Amino acid sequence: MNFIPDRFDLMASRARCRRMRRRIVGLARRLTALHIGGAFSCLEMVDTLYHGLMRREEDGRFRDSFILSKGHGAMAQYAALEELHILRPADLDGYCSAGGRLGTHPDRGLPGIEASTGSLGHGLGMGGGMALHDKVFHEDRVTYVVMSDGELQEGSVWEMFLQAPALGLHNLVAFVDYNNLQSMGFTSDTHPNFYPIKEKVAAFGWEVVELDGHDQSAIFEAVSSRSGRAPFFVVGRTIKGRGVSYMENQPLWHYRSPNEAEYQQAMAELADPGAEA
Amino acid sequence: MRDTFSRILYEVAKTTPKVFVVVADISPAASMAPFRADFADRFINVGVSEQSMISLCAGLAMRGCRPFAYSIAPFAIYRPFEHIRVELCYQNLPVVLVGIGAGVTYSTLGGTHNAFEDVAVMSSLPNMSVLAPCDPKELEAAVWACTQCNGPVYLRLGKAGEPTLTEQAPEPFQFGKLRCIKNGSELCILGYGPILSLAWEAARRHEAQRGGSVAIYSAHTLKPLDSAGITQLLSRFRRVVVLEEHSAMHTLGGQVKQLAWDVQSGTTLVTLSLKDAFIHLYGSQTDLLRAHGVTVESLLAGLSDDGHR
Repeated sequence: MNFIPDRFDLMASRARCRRMRRRIVGLARRLTALHIGGAFSCLEMVDTLYHGLMRREEDGRFRDSFILSKGHGAMAQYAALEELHILRPADLDGYCSAGGRLGTHPDRGLPGIEASTGSLGHGLGMGGGMALHDKVFHEDRVTYVVMSDGELQEGSVWEMFLQAPALGLHNLVAFVDYNNLQSMGFTSDTHPNFYPIKEKVAAFGWEVVELDGHDQSAIFEAVSSRSGRAPFFVVGRTIKGRGVSYMENQPLWHYRSPNEAEYQQAMAELADPGAEA
Repeated sequence: MRDTFSRILYEVAKTTPKVFVVVADISPAASMAPFRADFADRFINVGVSEQSMISLCAGLAMRGCRPFAYSIAPFAIYRPFEHIRVELCYQNLPVVLVGIGAGVTYSTLGGTHNAFEDVAVMSSLPNMSVLAPCDPKELEAAVWACTQCNGPVYLRLGKAGEPTLTEQAPEPFQFGKLRCIKNGSELCILGYGPILSLAWEAARRHEAQRGGSVAIYSAHTLKPLDSAGITQLLSRFRRVVVLEEHSAMHTLGGQVKQLAWDVQSGTTLVTLSLKDAFIHLYGSQTDLLRAHGVTVESLLAGLSDDGHR
């Protein structure tokens, strides 16, 4: 199996991620609330998947699959799909409105959305089923799943940690967006024995790396150079609300919208280098 | 029934390469040895992990497969309930949930192993179809019907050794339609699942003792329910007895009563179902049914004008 796609353009990815963050802040301003922090923490992972790791067919369709299991990060996926022209600007503009088709969580059947998520602990199992099919029928596809660290508290995730290596799902690659924040506080306060994550998952038979989840090159290199002899797990250390100083690592920004002053500050911080503020 | 299921699924798998069986470590799956031997890639034992049983089936279906999730009924549907709701029903995926030993089949194993609220629970889910064949022959047709469904199906089964009740059935199995399995002109028993063997016994005894003739209908498809067919029964028969191995909460008996009200039926309607209770009795299935008040005698009482209504 050939894992190595074309070279990954880091500078282009950084520019896209700034643009996507600005797009999300702009949408959030018009709404009463949006899962902004969790979308920002997984944005580099999602961008690296869509623009680096996931292979395409000759007709442009993606060959590899992606499930955003932490469905509350949907805005990261929507923004990425808009960048790819799979979703239209009008789709994002109609987010969470009666006339629109995008809700807070991804729905299977929408362009580019392979699974309905929002309830946590479902994506890894469904991704495992897809990977099982591809293994049995010898289809050269990789299924990628992005989970939240809070999501790892669901027992179903641990069922799949046990299951995937036993089923030989070497075509399954999962990420955890390890931002240490969930709805009611710091994960490390609620579950001090949750750590270390890397060793736990490795003990179940996965090949595991831990890296900076905002470092696109590190993500790209680690995933594309995996052995392919076990399911692969990426512990991506991230910062919730990454990119906007007052949002970073603040539980408040799990689900909130910026006011006008906050909006202006966010747009200034997210401006491209050299661009007029 | 489990042997018939395994035999038919083997036949299905021969012609349908995308059929998978995902089991959660239960001994009845031993009857699937031939499937496991000949389609090893498509037989998955997840171990004692019902949530991942459902999720793997969902993922397989998302790739165009026809997976059958297979376990003892309460484990197949109650433990992974939210996986069924979100992954199978919300996404409308063609996964068949096979519940072995539904009702109080596993009488000595206690309430943990019984499922007598299952039809109500599964029927309440949008997109879900519910099938409960009454004997191995009807199951055969039901399995083939499952392979034609475009969404999730709960297939409610007994265990083993169920008598054949439909050998001489005047009507064939048709998904979504009531099926006459015994002709009769005045009285009617309507029910589903292997408990219809009680209906046969009651019908024979009633006919021998009191004359007249008792029809038996299998409501093998509980969702979508054949409302038109039920309405016809209510107009054709002067007395209809609904029999089910299920609690009286939100299932066939209640739905027939509702239809009877809607059409202002004058038919006498009797419903016979299990109590809304966990009964701590560890005898035979017949013993446990008796403790719930479901016996041939109570059925005979329901058929006769001097019986309760």
